[in-house]
Amino acid sequence: MYTAAGLAILITMVLAITRTLLGPTVYDRILAVNMFGTKTVLIIAVIAFMSGRTDLLDIALAYALINFIGIVAVLKFFEYGEFSRGGRGRP
Amino acid sequence: MNLDSVIDILLLAFMAVIAIAIVRIRDLFGIAMLFSIFSLLSAGVFTVMDAADVAFTEAAVGAGISTILMLATLTRTARKEKPSNSKNPAVALIVVFVTGALLVFGTSDLPRFGDPQAPVHQHVAPRYIEESPKEIGIPNMVTSVLASYRGYDTLGETTVIFTAGIAVMALLGMRRSRRREDDEEID
Repeated sequence: MYTAAGLAILITMVLAITRTLLGPTVYDRILAVNMFGTKTVLIIAVIAFMSGRTDLLDIALAYALINFIGIVAVLKFFEYGEFSRGGRGRP
Repeated sequence: MNLDSVIDILLLAFMAVIAIAIVRIRDLFGIAMLFSIFSLLSAGVFTVMDAADVAFTEAAVGAGISTILMLATLTRTARKEKPSNSKNPAVALIVVFVTGALLVFGTSDLPRFGDPQAPVHQHVAPRYIEESPKEIGIPNMVTSVLASYRGYDTLGETTVIFTAGIAVMALLGMRRSRRREDDEEID
């Protein structure tokens, strides 16, 4: 069962990479990178259960957080063109 | 062939594909995104190789901070890479191939991956494993090596990172204060 899950995740990774490479718009690429990060979290979880090293699950959780913060930063960059700007309407 | 080696081979193949794409694409934002994927892939490879600490650092620094720093740099520069005007690409190719060949040649001397007889596992590692819970009193060996046995080294690294952080904050904050002054002049 882990083998099937692992293979499915790897195939999804291929699809995400293809979209990042082809991606006509910026948003395709951002979404593909976000999905790729999620797939990395999942494949680490599969590896953790397959090999019985459940301490790797902590790393998968940290990856999920890093992925989220990174995507928020990228989107903020695209909304404001820089990072030093605050929320909406504020200079 | 078990799934572990399939995952290994596929992750490395993905890394090769991404590296070639980074060289060929001219859109710098796309390259920043691809670098993020590259870091996640190498972090995955480190995880498969059981190097959890290195994978952790790679994900935090490579996929997290570097992507943000590269995007911050992009706000100062152009979105497109200029076509290179190097006269002779053959020289660059030869340099890269020679360097790569030397690196591959260098790996032939390395001990096999996971070899318990490797010198790195013979020198001080047994002492860390046997004595560190008694000597330092921290159950995690990696923490006791980083924070106690190599304490000065860690202090130096932290100082370097702290200095770099101050420099980056100064560079990013300088622009903000300048724009505020501009805004006030307009008002």
